[in-house]
Amino acid sequence: MKLNTARIALLAGAVLLNVSAASGHFRFRSDTTAVQDTTKYVSPYAEQNESCLKCHGQARYEYTNESLGRQVKAMMCSERIVRRDEYYNSNHKSFSCTDCHSFEYEKFPHPGELRMEQKLNCLDCHGGDETYARYHFEAIDTAYRESVHFKLEEEGFSCWKCHDPHSYKINIRNNENLREAIRYDNAICLKCHSNYDQFQLLSDREEINILNTHSWLPNQASHFASVRCLECHTKVDERMPVAHLIQTKDKAVKLCNECHSQNSILMASLYKFQSKEQRRDGFFNGVIMNESYVIGANRNEYLNNLSLLIFLGTLGVIGVHVFFRLKKKVTHKSDKEE
Amino acid sequence: MYLYPKWIRLWHVINAVLFIVLIVTGVSMQYTDKDQAALIVGFAKAVKWHNFAAVILTVNYIIFVAGNLFTNNGRQYNIKRKNFVSDLMTQLKYYAFGMFKGEKHPFPVTENRKFNPLQKFSYVLAMYVAVPLVIISGIGLLFPEITVKAVFGISGLILTDILHITMGFFLSVFMVIHIYTCTLGSKPTSLFRGMITGYHVSDDH
Repeated sequence: MKLNTARIALLAGAVLLNVSAASGHFRFRSDTTAVQDTTKYVSPYAEQNESCLKCHGQARYEYTNESLGRQVKAMMCSERIVRRDEYYNSNHKSFSCTDCHSFEYEKFPHPGELRMEQKLNCLDCHGGDETYARYHFEAIDTAYRESVHFKLEEEGFSCWKCHDPHSYKINIRNNENLREAIRYDNAICLKCHSNYDQFQLLSDREEINILNTHSWLPNQASHFASVRCLECHTKVDERMPVAHLIQTKDKAVKLCNECHSQNSILMASLYKFQSKEQRRDGFFNGVIMNESYVIGANRNEYLNNLSLLIFLGTLGVIGVHVFFRLKKKVTHKSDKEE
Repeated sequence: MYLYPKWIRLWHVINAVLFIVLIVTGVSMQYTDKDQAALIVGFAKAVKWHNFAAVILTVNYIIFVAGNLFTNNGRQYNIKRKNFVSDLMTQLKYYAFGMFKGEKHPFPVTENRKFNPLQKFSYVLAMYVAVPLVIISGIGLLFPEITVKAVFGISGLILTDILHITMGFFLSVFMVIHIYTCTLGSKPTSLFRGMITGYHVSDDH
C-alpha cells in the first residue's frame, strides 16, 4: 500500500515535471513575471501590435485613469495575456491583432460590448482555401465533429481550447526533439484534464485523476513521457497530419500489441512524419529508436535470424546425437565404470 | 550416492519452472504480433507474468549464491586453469565419439566432482555470467527511468534490451542442451530422477 502511494506520488511528480517543463507554452499557475522575449522574428505589425501588448503582453499593466488624473497599475486577467515570446513563435505570428479582433479594441477603455465579440474558428480562415488544402482542414473538421469534444461545443468548446491562437505552433512534424514535442502536445490535453478548474468550465463530471485511470498501464511514467495522449485516444486517419477524432475511453487503445508489434500503430501516428525511415541497422520501425525503444516493435531482423539459426543448429546437433545413440544403442557407461 | 541436498533440489526445480515461464513470456513479448502462434501469450499477460517470475528468480538466485558461499556446493563451480581446455576437449570428444565406441566416461561423477569439465564451464557461464546479466538488465527494463540514457549516442534502453534478450536467448539454448545432456545418464531418465530424489543413480547400484 505504501509502495503504491509512493508510486503515485512519483508519477504525479513526473507529470507535474512534464507540465512545468512545458510551461513555456502553457502556464497553469498565475505567473506575474514577464517572460523574456527571445524570438528573433520581427513582425511587420510589431509596432502596431505593441499598442495592445503593452497591456496584454504581461501580467501587470498601467493606464492613465483620467477621472482620477493619475497612473494606475493593475493586474491583467491571465486569460487576456498574450505573451510576445509565444505569440511571435506561433503559427499566427505574422498577424496583426486586429486581423482577428475588432478595430474597436483600439479604443481604451475598450467598449463593453466587445466582450461578446464573435470569435473566428479555424475554418473561417483555413476552410476552402487551396493554400491550406494539404492540411485537410475540412477532414479535420469532420473528424472533430465526430469526436467527444464536439458535444461540448454548447459548453464553450472550440478549436481554441486546444489550439490557442496566440501561442499554438505546428509541433510534431517540425520539432526535432520528439520528447519536447510529446510534452508540448500532452500539455494541451493536460491543460484541462489535469486541471479541474479548467475542466469544470466544460464539464459537470467529477474530477478525473488520470494517474488512477491509467494505473493499468505498466511503466506509466515512461509511457506518459514517450507517447502522446493522442496515440491511444484518437482514431488514426491517414488523410490528416494529426488525428482529430478523439474517441470515448472505451474505444481507446488498450491492447499492448497495438504499439508493441511489428505493425505498430505508432508508425501511423507519433512517427508518421519520420516513418520513411522504416528500418535502421536491421531494426524494424527503426525510427522509433531515435527517441525510444518499444519492446516488440523494435525487434532486430538480423538478431532474430541469427537466434533462429543458432536454435535450429542446436536442435540439429541434438537430433544427430540422438540418431547415433539410437543407431548404436548407446548406454552411458560412466556410472558402471566408477 | 547422495549428491543433491534438499535446498539445491528445491532451488533447482523453482529455477526450472521460472526459466520456462520467463522464456515463454519473453518470447511472447518479442513476437507479440504473432499472438495466434503456439505458446505465445498476450502482451499484457506476458509482461505481468514475466515481471512476477523475474522477481522470484532474482530472490532464488540470491539463495543460490548464498548457498554456494556458505556450503561446500560452491566448490563444484571452481574452475582451475590447469588442463582447462584439454579437459573440455576430452569431454567434448567423449560426447561426440567416445560414448558411441563404448569408452569409459573420462570424468566419472564423485561426491567431490559432481560436474564434468563441460558441465562446470557451462554452469559457471550460465549461473555466474548470463543470469546476473539477465537480472541486472531486467531491472533496467523494469525501471527504465534508472537506465543510462545513452551510451556513445545509442539509447541505453536499446543496449539494455539487446543484452537482456541475448542473455535470455543463450540461457534458453543452455536449457535445451542441459535437458538433453541430462538424458545421457545410465538410463535416459536416471539423472532427472537423481535431481528429484537427491541420489545419483547408476546401474551397478
